Amino acid sequence: MVSEELDIANKNLPAEQGPVQYVNELTTLNLGPTHPATHGIFQNILQMDGEKIVSGEQTIGYIHRAFEKIAERRPFYQITTLTDRMNYCSSPINNMGWHMTVEKLLGIDIPKRAQYIRVIMMELARLADHLICNGILGVDTGAFTGFLYIYQERENIYEIYEEVCGARLTTNMGRIGGMERDLSPTAIRKINELLVRFPKVLAEFENLFNRNRIFMDRVIGVGGISAERALSYGFTGPNLRAAGVDYDVRVMNPYSSYQDFEFDIPVGQSGDTYDRFMVRNEEMWQSLRIIKQAMDNLPQGPYYADAPQYYLPPKQEVYKNMEALIYHFKIVMGEIDAPVGEVYHAVEGGNGELGFYLISDGGRAPYRLHFRRPCFIYYQAYPEMCKGLTLSDAIVIMSSMNVIAGELDA
Amino acid sequence: MLTNEEVAQTIINQFGEAVTDFDDPYDLLTCSTSRDQIILLVTYLKGHQTLQFGFLTDITAIHYPDSTGKEFCVVYHLHSLTNNFRLRIKVYLTADDVHIPTMVSLFASANWMERETFDLFGIIFDGHPDLRRILNMEEMDYHPMRKEYPLEDGTREDKIDALFGR
Repeated sequence: MVSEELDIANKNLPAEQGPVQYVNELTTLNLGPTHPATHGIFQNILQMDGEKIVSGEQTIGYIHRAFEKIAERRPFYQITTLTDRMNYCSSPINNMGWHMTVEKLLGIDIPKRAQYIRVIMMELARLADHLICNGILGVDTGAFTGFLYIYQERENIYEIYEEVCGARLTTNMGRIGGMERDLSPTAIRKINELLVRFPKVLAEFENLFNRNRIFMDRVIGVGGISAERALSYGFTGPNLRAAGVDYDVRVMNPYSSYQDFEFDIPVGQSGDTYDRFMVRNEEMWQSLRIIKQAMDNLPQGPYYADAPQYYLPPKQEVYKNMEALIYHFKIVMGEIDAPVGEVYHAVEGGNGELGFYLISDGGRAPYRLHFRRPCFIYYQAYPEMCKGLTLSDAIVIMSSMNVIAGELDA
Repeated sequence: MLTNEEVAQTIINQFGEAVTDFDDPYDLLTCSTSRDQIILLVTYLKGHQTLQFGFLTDITAIHYPDSTGKEFCVVYHLHSLTNNFRLRIKVYLTADDVHIPTMVSLFASANWMERETFDLFGIIFDGHPDLRRILNMEEMDYHPMRKEYPLEDGTREDKIDALFGR
């Protein structure tokens, strides 16, 4: 049965050869590349029988920037800036994932304090990511209010980034071997304020949507996918959990001290748009729990590992300390030599398992770097999920899958 | 909890000499096989009662232009969600014969991963239902991730390593 479905899903047969005979002539409809609901640039070529979607095909690659090729010429630090631009809604997760991959290759253990700060930053990023995804789902169903209410909170999260590293979107707060700097008192105050304010905003957002008749009519039973199909398609993250599989990299392969924290993995049942929305909402509550625990138990001690040949020294040190200046120069000029080896490291990104497959031949740049980008992998299921539904359903499905163009194309 | 030794032993018991080069870099069990065996091996691992490698994490390739006879390496990452165990399988191919059977019948996710690998490396997945370029233009007549296509213009003199103290 599965292979039969595959045939239909993969071949995108012209209608006259398809399994069903259509009375009407089919319309070819281009959804994208510059449609406001396609969240970036990718094209969906839909075959429509009146209002119904018969089949679809996606064309991606409009912003393909060849990150994997560029990475082959870049020292390890400079690759951070490539990872920033993949899932730009939650760049700290990508950055830290990359740094952890290199640390794994180099065999650096980083101190607890740095790990906790990373957890805080990654969970803040997850909050921002899910917030935008769910808010935009509201916009795509025609409800701008919810988005408007929560946008302020994303702004506040960005202000925390700004306090920690000076940048808002392309965050370079992590370093190989720890963090760039410690959490400042202002950053701690801002995070604590967020922990007080965010639940209220989230509760208000949930009140607007969760039991809203119009919203429920638009999303319940739309774009459902079974757990079996979702696994076969390689879904991870909220999209898989909405289908009822409790796979979470943070629990299965804990990194960066995630084993120290208590949190639940929310799962849905039917894998439809409503479940994806609810799973993301619930994950935001869990992220808040994790941040709270990390802030309460933030260990004392250094925020970077004792690995001067790899850790880019803090700028203040560079001005005063000769060794720091030398190491700074050597690292910036790409003198950092890695051992020969190959590493696969996965983190739970905003959309699921974000994997870095790094092959080092002992040089200053990776011999080969491959990003396992969750968006790229699950977006191919989109036509199957849209089949037989209407155009307005296709919009909400795409929105709730959280397809980020930067991560799709890399 | 499965250990690397157990899984390796299970594979050896079934496939014997066909699967070789067992190693565990950074605790991830890695083995190599030939392209005749890869589908059999993955089918076996997927259907095995205790192993249950039911999740295909990733397919990608690596180009080693200098190792004669093993120019291309197709890498599969499998994951057994029930046992929480990851496995990496490698298949080496020669430069003049880059054919390998497709895995689409086993995992739907293989479709795009194989298309990407084809696009970037030119590996031809036999039996793939729709083997086209996915990230680059259809008109392109080369596969850009191969090492013979350098990222930067080699004739430029303002970017040579010596000027940067390397």
